[in-house]
Amino acid sequence: MRDETKMKDDERTYLGVAVPRPPVAFFELSSCEGCQLQLFNNEAGLLDFLDLVEIVNFREAMTEKSDHYQIAFVEGSVTRTDEEERLRTIRDNAELVVALGSCACFGGVNQLKNRFNDLDWVVREVYGDYAISSQAARPLADVIRVDLEIFGCPVKKEEVERIVTNLVLGKPVHHPQYPICMECKARENVCLFDLGEPCLGPVTRAGCDAWCPSNRLGCWGCRGPAPAANMAELRDIVVRKQISLERLLDRLECFGGFADEAHILRQELEGRS
Amino acid sequence: MKISCQVDVRHLTRVEGHGNIKISIVDGLVKEASWEVVETPRFFEAMLVGKLYENAPYICGRICGICSIGHTLASIRTIENAFGFRPSGQTDRLRLLLKHMETLQSHILHIYFLAAPDYLGVGSVLPLTKSHPEVVQQALRLKQLANDLCDEVGGRRLHPTRTVVGGFTMLPDRHTLGRMRQRLQASLADLAAGAALFAGFTIPDFQRETEFVSLHQEGAYPFIGGDLRSSDGVCKKEHEYLAMTNEYMADYSTSKLSRLSRQSFAVGALARVNNNFHSLHPAARAVAEELGLTPLSHNPYMNNVAQLVECVHVVQESISLIDELLAVPWQEARQVVEPRAGIGVGAVEVPRGILYHCLEFDGQGRICKADCVIPTSQNHANIHHDIKALAGECAARGTADQEIELLAEMLVRAYDPCISCSVH
Repeated sequence: MRDETKMKDDERTYLGVAVPRPPVAFFELSSCEGCQLQLFNNEAGLLDFLDLVEIVNFREAMTEKSDHYQIAFVEGSVTRTDEEERLRTIRDNAELVVALGSCACFGGVNQLKNRFNDLDWVVREVYGDYAISSQAARPLADVIRVDLEIFGCPVKKEEVERIVTNLVLGKPVHHPQYPICMECKARENVCLFDLGEPCLGPVTRAGCDAWCPSNRLGCWGCRGPAPAANMAELRDIVVRKQISLERLLDRLECFGGFADEAHILRQELEGRS
Repeated sequence: MKISCQVDVRHLTRVEGHGNIKISIVDGLVKEASWEVVETPRFFEAMLVGKLYENAPYICGRICGICSIGHTLASIRTIENAFGFRPSGQTDRLRLLLKHMETLQSHILHIYFLAAPDYLGVGSVLPLTKSHPEVVQQALRLKQLANDLCDEVGGRRLHPTRTVVGGFTMLPDRHTLGRMRQRLQASLADLAAGAALFAGFTIPDFQRETEFVSLHQEGAYPFIGGDLRSSDGVCKKEHEYLAMTNEYMADYSTSKLSRLSRQSFAVGALARVNNNFHSLHPAARAVAEELGLTPLSHNPYMNNVAQLVECVHVVQESISLIDELLAVPWQEARQVVEPRAGIGVGAVEVPRGILYHCLEFDGQGRICKADCVIPTSQNHANIHHDIKALAGECAARGTADQEIELLAEMLVRAYDPCISCSVH
């Protein structure tokens, strides 16, 4: 006997083709859980969004849990061995693993502690002599194979909705190749460099519709580098606008997407002082 | 009554972050009862060292995905206090309005999505979309209103973009604020329906005498800055926060824990309502009295009622704030702030209780030392002792196993713990 909801799923079609309702699960490692919270936002379309998939595991929101899921969304970075184990189990259970947000994609703000190259000092600074275990913060892809990344700190709900819809319909997911500057110009914003504010818009991957610059906050690069990023030109702009390289470094360093560039710049600035 | 019971809840659901409940009752005696915090630390205090001051609000907001606005505002207040800067009246009002909408958003999320399923006998909000569609619609309308207003004032509901040291990067649209005022007015009906819904719930009858800690402001229900007060009579200034928090470590928690006059204390909506009942908006006070919440309430489950009471308070006060803002033309969004060497402390009441940030700066405005004391870390020890007392009562009464587990889960959820935030 089939229940009413099952009947409804079978009837759902798109362009005449039956649309499945894949079982999905949400997990979090070291993170603020904000990206998962974003999934509850856009309240007007929330129920439709939740109807796209069958949520079988979402600890932050529901008591029921199951290990039978097709798609796993994982927020957060890896900073402990038990998280590595949990992540490997998730990989074994899921057909598709999606890294949700900057912590999962690049380490996010959590990787800011890595720059000291001294975990003992980091632990002592916060906990004193109390022994507590921690590793350098790493993205998911350092531990398991990741099938898809959704960038941003936080992720943008509209983008998640688009990507999830594509996944359900079996359509490919493409990220923009151009930088945020393109989106910012299209929105006719005042250039933040002209206001004396550092901005990574010229080099950061687009897709957020210039979320921060449209609110007059320079981009901090949470989505990582655009494939077409011209780092040398960014540095020229910063120097020309008489903005300190330290402020450029703060932004390159913040989320881990520009880890290599940040490392080189930090060495250069520390060598200078 | 002779009973035996084993409760072992690993990674409790419908709370933010990771915690375990363990209760072991053997032949009517409680052998073990604990609330364990197993969240991974992220070391925010270390991350900040050496960074320029402007990084702090941006990075600290990311301590928490639910109360990012509160963390951002606490960090900004800390920096402004350290640099001896006083924000404009306009900035103060906009920040309080933003703060209020975060409180509304967070409380509604907790009341309807995380706590209510227990009272309605389901595992999540999802079945409620079918069984109680009108309740879910009310919750979504309230949450959307709060989030839309956060977007308008703070630039973004989560990890705000416009909030900076000195003020805001840009100001809200005045026409939109006017429309928001109408929506706030209309939301009072949804909150009244929420109160009616709560009136039908059976709140577990459990009392444990507790010390409550909150901010205190003369003549106002406190949210940003003020004196530090406890219901046991302790009173300190904002910069003396360490005398209130007394952090220590214990082997059952990766979060630091706190104590004051007793072995533990509570912060949050119930603590605020208990300590500042007479400063509540009259409409909010009326809801409290209607739902049987009068000071001092020592029933932690009443925190959910206190959250609803605060929703009414913040909506009423936000309407007045918008009236005050729209009564005069906009002034400059942002003032210039000059860094200087020194230490600053900022105390802010975030949805789950009093939050402290403390930063020490060198002369260039670089951070030498950082400290954040999170509301949930202050609550952990109290939750732990509540669980022990609850287990004792259940053992004495011979409560059924499943009911003990549910009561323990509901007890932890009542605090609305933000565990990843507490460990940060």
